Amino acid sequence: MEPDGLLSGIYRTFQIVWESFPQLLGGALLTIEITIISVLLGLCFAVPLALARVSSNPLLRWPVYGYIFYFRGTPLLVQIFLIYYGSGQFSDFLEDIGLWTYFREAYFCAVLTLTLNTAAYTAEILRGGIQAVPHGEIEAARAVGMSGGLLYRRIILPKAFRLALPAYGNEVVFLFQATSLVSIITLMDLTGVARVIVARSFHVYEIYITAGLIYLTITYGILWVFRKVEFHLGGHLRERPATAVGSKAVVAPTVAPR
Amino acid sequence: MLDLRGYGWMLWDGLQITILVGICSMAVALLLGLIGAWGKLSKSKIAQGLAGTYTTVIRGIPELLLILIVYYGAPTLIQNIAARFGHDVIIDVNPFLAGFITLGFIYGAFTTEVFRGAFLAIPSGQIEAARAIGMSRTLAFRRVILPQVWRFALPGLGNVWMVLIKATALISVIQLPELMRNADVAARAVRLPFTFFFAASLLYLGITIVSMLIQQRAETWANRGVRRA
Repeated sequence: MEPDGLLSGIYRTFQIVWESFPQLLGGALLTIEITIISVLLGLCFAVPLALARVSSNPLLRWPVYGYIFYFRGTPLLVQIFLIYYGSGQFSDFLEDIGLWTYFREAYFCAVLTLTLNTAAYTAEILRGGIQAVPHGEIEAARAVGMSGGLLYRRIILPKAFRLALPAYGNEVVFLFQATSLVSIITLMDLTGVARVIVARSFHVYEIYITAGLIYLTITYGILWVFRKVEFHLGGHLRERPATAVGSKAVVAPTVAPR
Repeated sequence: MLDLRGYGWMLWDGLQITILVGICSMAVALLLGLIGAWGKLSKSKIAQGLAGTYTTVIRGIPELLLILIVYYGAPTLIQNIAARFGHDVIIDVNPFLAGFITLGFIYGAFTTEVFRGAFLAIPSGQIEAARAIGMSRTLAFRRVILPQVWRFALPGLGNVWMVLIKATALISVIQLPELMRNADVAARAVRLPFTFFFAASLLYLGITIVSMLIQQRAETWANRGVRRA
């Protein structure tokens, strides 16, 4: 290679990135699509799972505990392979009950695995939230005559969701990043597209780093949204803004700030 | 039970490599975590900036992509730079080495946060007291801070280990014959994918269970000097 100037080298890198950027964004779209579907479905499954997990009925509690333990204790990649490749071992049976057309599709298997995976993690996060609801609030609700479903719907679940929100934000970010594994089962998500471009063009680090920056941007975008939601839901817990009359004197520091 | 058709030894070999990669990665992550936490808590703006960038960037990018960047990208980058200066270098990366250094580098960002929290959890009065009786900064660090850091850091480090050992499965994409890769090879050989991936998943579950037990033990040990209510 001719040792050309640094400037033209940078220019060439920009050109490579610029040319492959639309394709990478197309991949990012699939990544976001899979994330949103799995997050929403996972949340729908997670609520009943969390309720079963804290139930006093052992027949309900233990199977759910086993499910959560299995999905949190094994790598996501194994779960994806188990469902995508593993279902092939039962193709005759799946064909008989008419499900083989779904299990043959990488997209279906990817969304199914990610949903089952995030449902397990989310259920555990929600369980933490439910158990962190102050006992006094539940007693008070019972004292005014709420019971069962009404108590859960009006008091426990809203509070549990709010308590679980910071941890849930992290889980959404983890799931978003975990979707990169679907590229291993041939889906053309952001990582998948990057791998194909690299295999064709040999511009290894330029492409991968660009893909990484796209992931980085979306990750911090998700975190930003969750911080906004948290701020919005926590309005009644914040101190009043210091602009109110007289509050200046109260909050004034007694010791000079360092 | 699961009929592994005489391929069980492959899973056993893979399990050993998985655990070895996990332990080596964790060692790298612990070292980087201590350095990173030191950087984040130091007064130097440069050290703060470097450590901050490290944790921000690493935690925002999927592990799989980082593995691809380090395993495929770094050697190419070095070769290109060397070519620019007229050298012809060929770098052959050992998957085991690349695997555990990459994982260690990724999870170092997470241990950095754990250690940072643990250092901040130590009452500053203790450090002041140590300084007051004449200990130097390093001596106070070694005798007062470091022995206590484990107490605050162990729950977090345990979590990092659990995530890390599961992330070793991703190293299979760079052909290292660890548990996941060997399960894949065996599954293809006898055409029983479900059997082998399920067996592999049970082995991972076994690692998780053993790790949880060890973590409980370690936390009891780290808290041995603390009075309990």
